[in-house]
Amino acid sequence: MTSANQIRMPAGGASASPAGHHKAGRDSARRADTRRKWYEIIGLTTPAVVIYVMFVLVPMGFAVYYSLFRWRGVGPPTEFVGLRNYTLAFQDPIFLDALRNNAIIVFGSLLIQGPIALGVALLLNRRFRGRAVFRLLVFVPYVLAEVTVGIMWKLLLTGDGTVDALLRSLGMGGFVQAWLADLDVVIWTLLAVLTWKYVGFAIILLLAGLSNVPDELIEAAAIDGASWWQIQRHVTIPLLGPTIRIWMFLSMIGSLQIFDMIWVTSVPAVRSLGASATMATYMVDNGFFARLWGYGNAVAVILFAISFVAALLFQRFLLRRDIQGAITGRAK
Amino acid sequence: MAVNSVLPPSTGRRQVSWGTPLTYALALAIAAVSIAPVVYVVIGGFRTTPQIVADPAGLPDPFVWDNYARVLTQSNFWQQAFNSAVIALGTTLAVVVLGMAAAFVLARYTFRGREGLYTFFTLGLLFPAGAAILPLYLMLRDLNLINSYYAVILPQVAFSLPLTIVILRPFLSAIPRELEDAAAIDGASRLGFLWRIAMPLSRPALVTVGVLAFVASWNSFLLPLLVLSDVGLHTLPLGVQNFSSQYTTDTAGVLAFTSLAMLPALLFFTLAEKQIVGGLQGAVKG
Repeated sequence: MTSANQIRMPAGGASASPAGHHKAGRDSARRADTRRKWYEIIGLTTPAVVIYVMFVLVPMGFAVYYSLFRWRGVGPPTEFVGLRNYTLAFQDPIFLDALRNNAIIVFGSLLIQGPIALGVALLLNRRFRGRAVFRLLVFVPYVLAEVTVGIMWKLLLTGDGTVDALLRSLGMGGFVQAWLADLDVVIWTLLAVLTWKYVGFAIILLLAGLSNVPDELIEAAAIDGASWWQIQRHVTIPLLGPTIRIWMFLSMIGSLQIFDMIWVTSVPAVRSLGASATMATYMVDNGFFARLWGYGNAVAVILFAISFVAALLFQRFLLRRDIQGAITGRAK
Repeated sequence: MAVNSVLPPSTGRRQVSWGTPLTYALALAIAAVSIAPVVYVVIGGFRTTPQIVADPAGLPDPFVWDNYARVLTQSNFWQQAFNSAVIALGTTLAVVVLGMAAAFVLARYTFRGREGLYTFFTLGLLFPAGAAILPLYLMLRDLNLINSYYAVILPQVAFSLPLTIVILRPFLSAIPRELEDAAAIDGASRLGFLWRIAMPLSRPALVTVGVLAFVASWNSFLLPLLVLSDVGLHTLPLGVQNFSSQYTTDTAGVLAFTSLAMLPALLFFTLAEKQIVGGLQGAVKG
């Protein structure tokens, strides 16, 4: 800011002839400008700060408070039970199933989507006619609402749906299952659908990362006689490191709070038996629909704590090097 | 466009050639997997339920418009599309305005506590929106906001702000100091610089955050599910779910409703896709 202020300064002190006045005028102009600067800082940031505090931080604080009570949501909470709600949650086999399902979704997403997305992104990063159309088509599932995608796959998978008919016509009738109703199968079906939907997001990020790889590096490698695959292996992929880690981070946080898809696809009975429940569906089932507000808030706090610890560990061990320029980067 | 002079130039124009047959075969296979289910749903809407039951994988024979016509005339589709539009536009506008104002301060003002304030916002990236939903509901209930557009818009704005600020800040920081000095010599105040120079220059990033906020809002389900019990306020995702559970035996109708609900997001994204990828480049720069 200072250089801009100094440029404007002479206008403030120009009329004052004695040296003392000149200095005083300059000081008061500077003070006035500093004051104005603070008004601007406060005026421009306050709305964002207020809405962020009120609708993100305050509810999290209340979740912690409510979780210490047995409370049906009517009147103020009075029946203090300490950490009882937490111990109850960890004793409920369905909550433990939900934890296991979340773990399956987190690790399954990372291990399946990552390699696929990398392969597709490298392919779609080659220059060929029609590339833009393919890029667009690959992103389609990502743009659609989880609910819409969920209903769509439910129609394709339930009863004797299209997927089963397709398998039969291909002579693979042996694979036909109750995709969304079999307690042992449903979570894997959902993982497959989630992969189909979210791999496009990984591809978008990787393509954005790839476009930052300097052409000169690739040209230099090509001149030295490196094959396409050698260039990818030794030049492109190493440079994608930060993008891959950011994607892993976002994918992990997203997978921990997955709700919509599970809610609309799986039969409520299947979900309430724990076969397809996640922490989020368990929280809404118990907290909102069964009106166990204290208990539901305890689950919310557990969900938050797990996400937070996972995020911190991830930042500590993997994102640390990227942090400067990337997700929480300092302005350069 | 003008920002090209500020940021590293994107890959230059080079001659584009036809790829190898293998490239096309792979690309086609990937594209098919991505869109086949969507195409199936759209086409399925043009069939009758008996047709679908008899031959799930067949083509419409004859073509039937009735399902689409029925959804558009008899269901609450238009009302729900309107509600979705109001909420998504309200969210987007607020996110862009508030996010831009805060990001501008964090990028162009030097003051004590600046990095602290930035960290404070980025912390929001670690808060899963889903986890806060129960206390959020209780709070909105106490504020008498349940069953209003605000009950969806305000929390969505709050949860979109961190990412918005993270994307916008590097963009605004990249505007050279000289431009600001030149503006000051020409008599522009800092706010004048924000309005007349920083805003137009960061248009690509603003479009990116705007599209991300819009699509997230348009697709959101959990928050509307809890806070909009009034059917007249339901958004499209709620509508899709209601319709599919209400008319379980009308498969063709559900397919038609689902395709119509997909359409706006698809169109919108197709128009803005280049911009999104461009805007993300700043955010994922290592």
